[in-house]
Amino acid sequence: MTDDIQAIEALQDNAPLAPHRSQLAEVWLQFRQHKGALLGGGFLLFITFAVLFGALIWDLDPGKLDIRAKDHRPIYTALWDSDAKTSWKHPFGTDQLGRDGLANMIAGGRTSLAVGWAAMLLSLFLGAFIGVMAGYFKRLDGPLMRLTDLFLSLPILPMLLVAVTLFRQPLRANFGPEGGMFILIVGVIGLTSWMHTARIVRGDVLALKEREFVLAARSAGTTSRGIITRHLLPNVISPIVVSATFGLATAIITESALSFLGVGFPSDFPTWGKMLADSVDRMQEFPERVMLPGVAISLTVLAVNFLGDGLRDALDPRIRGR
Amino acid sequence: MKMKSLLLGAAASFAMAPMAMAERGSDGHVNVIYWQAPSILNPYLSGGTKDVEAASLVIEPLARYDDKGALVPYIAAEIPTVANGGVSADLTSITWKIRDGILWSDGTPVTANDAKFTAEYCMHPEGGCAQAAFFDGVQSIDVLDTMTLKITFNQPKPNPYGPLVGGQSPVIQAAQFADCLGAKAPECTEANFNPIGTGPFVVDEFKPNDVISFSANANYREAGKPKFATMTLKGGGDATGAARAVFETGEMDYAWNLQLAPDVIAKFEEGGKGKAVAGFGPLVERLEMNLTDPSPDLPEGERSTVAHPHPFLSDARVREALSISIDRELLVEVGYGKAGRPTCDLVPSPDNYAANNTFCLTQDMDRARALLDEAGWVDSDGDGVRDKDGKKLSILYQTSTNAVRQDFQALIKQWWEEIGVETELRNLNASVFFGGDPGSPDTFQKFYADVEMYANTFNGTDPQQYLAAYRCGNEPKPSSQWQGENINRFCDPAYDALIDELARTGDIAKRGEIAIKMNNMLTKDSHTIVGLVHRGRVSGQANSLGGHVLNVWDSELWDAAEWYRIK
Repeated sequence: MTDDIQAIEALQDNAPLAPHRSQLAEVWLQFRQHKGALLGGGFLLFITFAVLFGALIWDLDPGKLDIRAKDHRPIYTALWDSDAKTSWKHPFGTDQLGRDGLANMIAGGRTSLAVGWAAMLLSLFLGAFIGVMAGYFKRLDGPLMRLTDLFLSLPILPMLLVAVTLFRQPLRANFGPEGGMFILIVGVIGLTSWMHTARIVRGDVLALKEREFVLAARSAGTTSRGIITRHLLPNVISPIVVSATFGLATAIITESALSFLGVGFPSDFPTWGKMLADSVDRMQEFPERVMLPGVAISLTVLAVNFLGDGLRDALDPRIRGR
Repeated sequence: MKMKSLLLGAAASFAMAPMAMAERGSDGHVNVIYWQAPSILNPYLSGGTKDVEAASLVIEPLARYDDKGALVPYIAAEIPTVANGGVSADLTSITWKIRDGILWSDGTPVTANDAKFTAEYCMHPEGGCAQAAFFDGVQSIDVLDTMTLKITFNQPKPNPYGPLVGGQSPVIQAAQFADCLGAKAPECTEANFNPIGTGPFVVDEFKPNDVISFSANANYREAGKPKFATMTLKGGGDATGAARAVFETGEMDYAWNLQLAPDVIAKFEEGGKGKAVAGFGPLVERLEMNLTDPSPDLPEGERSTVAHPHPFLSDARVREALSISIDRELLVEVGYGKAGRPTCDLVPSPDNYAANNTFCLTQDMDRARALLDEAGWVDSDGDGVRDKDGKKLSILYQTSTNAVRQDFQALIKQWWEEIGVETELRNLNASVFFGGDPGSPDTFQKFYADVEMYANTFNGTDPQQYLAAYRCGNEPKPSSQWQGENINRFCDPAYDALIDELARTGDIAKRGEIAIKMNNMLTKDSHTIVGLVHRGRVSGQANSLGGHVLNVWDSELWDAAEWYRIK
C-alpha cells in the first residue's frame, strides 16, 4: 500500500479560482464599466462605417444638382407638417440647388473624419517621438522642450490661413485641388497639435527610465533603441492613446472651422463644416441644413471624448478593478 | 384737455420741423454697411466699387449722374453744353466753371488748378491710374482763370463728359496730393486714406478693410446739409449679415449691394425694419475668359500676361461652347428672381446702346459638344474629360465668396462637366478679390485663373469709357502695378479703331450702332466676355432713413447730403 504523500494545504498546487485573463481582457472589462465610453465608441464606429460604406448603399452623387427637386425638407418634417415638401428619395432633404442632403452628409463626413484621423495619426507620431527623445536623451531635452513651447504659442488658425496662401499653389499643382488641400490641412493640424502628447510622454519617460527594469535592461547591454521600443513605449501607450482621441476631436473641429471660414476645400467639395457655412443664409427657413452637419460634428467629437475618457480609466491599472 | 395737448404738440412739432431741418447735423448718426470693406479712399488707385463709393462721400466730381441718368452739377456751376457755349461747336473742347464760393473741407477754396492737377495725377505715365479710361483722348488741360477749366481733346468728343465726371473720377485737392504723382501715388497713405474733399462728409478715422468714421463737412456748400452729424461706414462681413443688420436687427440704416437669393431677401424683409430697393442699371454679372496663360509653371511676372496666350481659351470655339452650355434662365431663377434677367451682352442698357443679343439664351449642349469636337478637343482616354495633345480641358473658375456666386459656380460646373470640361472651383474673400492689392495673387486683376465671374458696370449713361477699357495694352500687367481694366487681356486692332471712331462720332444713333458693334465683338463674335445676368442693384434701406433715391448710374451714396432721419 502506498501512501500518497499529501502536501500540506498551503503548498497544494490548486488551479486558480478564476481563469487567468490577459491584460487586454482586463482593459475591456474595465472599459465596459464606462457606459459613456461604450456608447461613444459604438457611435464612432457607426459613423466611421457609415461614411466609409454609406455611399455604397446610398449611391446618389453628392454634387449632382437636380433643380426640380430643390428645397426638400427632411422626411421627419412630415410628422408635424403634412404640407411640407418631403420625399423618400431625399430622406435628409435637398439644398437650394437640389443636392441630396444624405449623400452630402456621407461625403462630407468622409472628408471630415479622414482629416481627423490623418491629422491625429500625424500628431500622435510626432508627439510620441519628440516626447520619448526629450525624456530619454538628456541632451535633447532642453532644445526639444523649448521647441514644444514655441509650437504651443503658435495660433493655429492664423497660421493655417498663411499656409493656405503660401502652399496652396504648389500642392494643388502636384496633388490636385482636393488632394493638395487635404495634405495642407492635415499637415498643418498635425504639425501644430502634437505638443501636449509630447509633454505627457516626456514626463512619463522621465519617471520610467529611472525604474529598476530599465536599469536591469541597460546593465544587460540593451541598446537605447531596444530600451525605448521594448520597455518604454509599451509603458507610455496609455497616455498616448488618450491624447490621440482628443487630438482627433480637435482636428475635426479645426477643419470645420476652416471650411466655415471658406479657406478650406473648394466650394463644391462637401465637408461638414462647409455644409454648415453654406446653410447659414437660410438657417431660419431650413434649420435642418445647419442642424444635421452641426449635430454630426458635435456628436462625433463628444463620442471621441467619451471614448478617450473610458480608455484612460481602463488603461490605468490603479483605477482598474475599482 | 387731452385732445388739446395732443394738437398743441402736433402743432409745435410742425413748427419745430423746419427749424430742425435747417440745422446741419441735426439728425445724429447714420450707419452704413458695405460688406466689401473699402481699402482705400482714392478711386484713382482702385477700381473697386466699394472704394469708389466710400470715397464719393468725401470727394466729388465736377458733375454726376442722377437717378435718371441726367447730369447734375456738383463742383461745377452748371453743365456745359453746346447750347450754353460750354462745349465748343466742333466738340473738341469743354469748358467747366467752378461753382462760386465752394470750399475744400479744410477751408481753402476750390480752384480750376485742383481739377487740372487731378487730370495730371491720373494721366501720369508711371501712375497706373485705375480710371485712366475717363481721360482717354485728352490732349491738354488749361486753366483759363482760377475758376475756369478748359479740357481739349485730340479729336471731336461727342460725349465730352468723361474726365472728372461721375463718382469714379472725382476732383482731388492739388495741395494734398502734390507729392503723390506717378509711381509715388500708392505711397501717399495719409492722402489716400484721408482725402480732403468737397463732399458732405469728412473722414475722421479710416481703418482700411474695416471701418470709416465720417463727420459732417463744416464747409459743405449747402447750408443745413448734411442732416446727419456723423456717419459710420462699416465694411466687411457678408451680404447676409448686412441684410440682417438692416432688415431684422435695425443696427444699420443702409446696406449696399445685397447679392442674396430672392427667397432669402424676401424672408429677411419680413423682419419689418427695412425694405429692399432695386433699380436696373448697366450692371452685368459675367464670366471673363482669360486670353492669357495663368499657368503657375510660368515665372512670376509672366503669368497671365500677353506674353503667353492661353492654351485653349484663346480658341473662340472653346469659349463659345462654354457660353452656350449655360442655362441663364435657371441662373436668374436661382440667384436673382425679379432683380435679374438673362443677358448675353456687356452693355445691356440704356436702350440706345443695348444690343439685346439672344444667341446665348437657349442652352444648347449638342452644339457646345460639336464646337469642342471641331476645335479638336475630344475625350480620347475615356475619363470624361476632353483632351488634346495630352493636355486636359481643365478650367480653374474663380469668383468672390458669396452664396449666390457659389450656387452659380456649382450649376455652371455641372453644365461644363456635362460637355466634358473639367472644372475646378475657387472662391476668394471679396475684399481681397476686388482689393486691387498688387502684392496679392488673388485679385481679379491678376487673374491667376482661366475663368472668373463678377459683376461690373459703368457710371453715367454712356458706355464709351466702359468699352474703351478693352483697348490693347490697357490690361493689368506688372509694369502698371497690375492696374488696368482690360481684364481679359483682349486685343484687336479693329476694336481699337472702333474705340476711336466712337470717340469721334456725335450722332446719338450712330453712336449706338458703334457701341453695339463693339459689344458684339466682345460677346457675340468672340465670346471673350460671357454675359450671364443683367442685374438690378438691390440695396437695403431702413424704414427710418429718408431722402435716398437709389441711383444705378453713379455712386449709390450720391445723395448722402440729402439723407435724413424719419422721426
